[in-house]
Amino acid sequence: MKDSSTQSVQKQQAGVFEFARPLCLTATEDFRGFIAAHLGQGLLFVTASISVLAVFLIFFFVIGQSLPFFLNRGLAESVPRIKEFLTSTQWYPQRQAGPEYGARAIIIGSLYVTVCSLMLAVPIGLLAAIFLSDIAPFGLRQFCKPVIEILAAIPSVAYGVFAVMVLAPWMQNTLGFSSGTNALNASLILSVMALPTIISVAEDALSAAGRDIREASYALGATRAETMLLVVLPAAHSGIVAAIILGMMRAVGETMVVWMASGNASRIPSPWWDLSQSVRTLTATIAGELGEVPKNTDHYHVLFAIGLLLLVFTFGLNMCSEYFMGQFRKITGRR
Amino acid sequence: MKTLIAQFLTIGCVLVGSVAAAEKLQIDGSTTVGPIGDAFAEVFKDKAAVTVSKTGSGDGAAALMEGRCDIAMMSRFMKNAEFKAAVDKGIMPVAHAIAMDGVCVVVNESNPVTGLTTEQIRSIYKGEITNWKQVGGPDKAIVVISRDTSSGTYETFEELVMHKEKMGPATEYVNSNPQAHARVKSTEGAIGYVGLGFVDRYVKAIKVDGVMPDRKTIARGTYPLSRPLFLFTNGYPKLGSIVYQFCTFHLTEEGQEIIEAKGFVPVTAY
Repeated sequence: MKDSSTQSVQKQQAGVFEFARPLCLTATEDFRGFIAAHLGQGLLFVTASISVLAVFLIFFFVIGQSLPFFLNRGLAESVPRIKEFLTSTQWYPQRQAGPEYGARAIIIGSLYVTVCSLMLAVPIGLLAAIFLSDIAPFGLRQFCKPVIEILAAIPSVAYGVFAVMVLAPWMQNTLGFSSGTNALNASLILSVMALPTIISVAEDALSAAGRDIREASYALGATRAETMLLVVLPAAHSGIVAAIILGMMRAVGETMVVWMASGNASRIPSPWWDLSQSVRTLTATIAGELGEVPKNTDHYHVLFAIGLLLLVFTFGLNMCSEYFMGQFRKITGRR
Repeated sequence: MKTLIAQFLTIGCVLVGSVAAAEKLQIDGSTTVGPIGDAFAEVFKDKAAVTVSKTGSGDGAAALMEGRCDIAMMSRFMKNAEFKAAVDKGIMPVAHAIAMDGVCVVVNESNPVTGLTTEQIRSIYKGEITNWKQVGGPDKAIVVISRDTSSGTYETFEELVMHKEKMGPATEYVNSNPQAHARVKSTEGAIGYVGLGFVDRYVKAIKVDGVMPDRKTIARGTYPLSRPLFLFTNGYPKLGSIVYQFCTFHLTEEGQEIIEAKGFVPVTAY
């Protein structure tokens, strides 16, 4: 004991350092390190590709399952089939004698509730975002943001129960609608569900527009309102458009709420502005019918065709939002 | 350790033995009868390996014909063509009526209408009659509520009322009996249809062709929107066999309780 300590002291005094491990790796250690690094990289690559692969697989699967609806009667029949699917409003896929697969009313129903919900959610969401980013005191803002984000975490079936049990009777008794489950009911609930997305993305965009352009605007003698409306909003417009599109995607893809609240009558409201009529959406049709439909029948495949339509729609919207987000990053990055 | 292994071995032997001893029972057919089949199968699971697949009455008949199943569940009697095809293949279908299915037409409790004819109900669902005053009620728009098209209740209603006519575009669809009940309960002008088990003081069942739906009228078949539910076997099953026990299970107290619990009416005459 005493010997060794005196020895090392002697060595240090002599200027010789002793390393705990040898400086050079042995061949096996080197090899092991090589394998571990590449295995690790490979594992991370696989986990990263799973989600990308999932998107591709979903596309392939949905296309593969929907094609038979258009093709299995022969090529000559496929054009009338597509035409019926997109232009007829007669949706009777379950009929024994002559089923009909006209999805026009359903497509329009989906767009109808989406547009209506956005007409409510966009103004409210934008005003709330402006308030939070520029007007609210710091403490209030710190409190409001998480509360708004809780809205996004409430399960959609809870909204649905509210729509059927509270909103529907209220509409019948107070507004005098004959049926409480209708386009207005679904739109109201959807707009509440789209709000948190719109508010938080738009608020981020407005905040990111920066303090310098606001101060420059004030310096030029603009009022607070002028600064907000004429300077900050235009500067953040691409982020705001992305926020609206993200909110729209939330509304288009929502299923449970519209299945419970919209009434599911497959018709186009007439007159077109009559929100008290019940409509049916693409998502609700799939949710309501896919459960019991016999496999590999026309009805089964047409539901996948509806799914394909939804997928193409959300894909397009997603591309748009990516584009605007990219524009937004470019603008803020340059500043 | 050794005793543990020995225990596992004996348990394993018992399991293998019981599976080998149990008979297989394949049941195919109607989605309407399916819940009864499932509940019966639950009771029989110790005696036999029962598989219930709900693929529709037509497929049940086809499966019996092709020997793919031992018992076919059907919500209708076999069609002449199916019967003939089966006999040609040497299969002799025998029907066992195990329960009655009645669909009650319900309206909001505030609605003074107490009865409709089948034709009137059909016109309402086709969208030809749109106001209660056309059938002797108050001046109020009719809100037509149907079950989703994949439910057995819808299938029954479509067969017994619609007679292959299409429902109108204004028909609203809900996806369960409780939801149909809730919508009719809260909507003044609503008309809907539910199983007998869902009629209570909040929704009013109405007479159809002058007959009030209740257990008696449905069991006797005098209520127009009622139909028997069948099990079909190839020939009358051998007495005491597992198929025989299954097809006569509806006569036991337990079987009748299951049928009532599933919202159907047992075939009894008292």
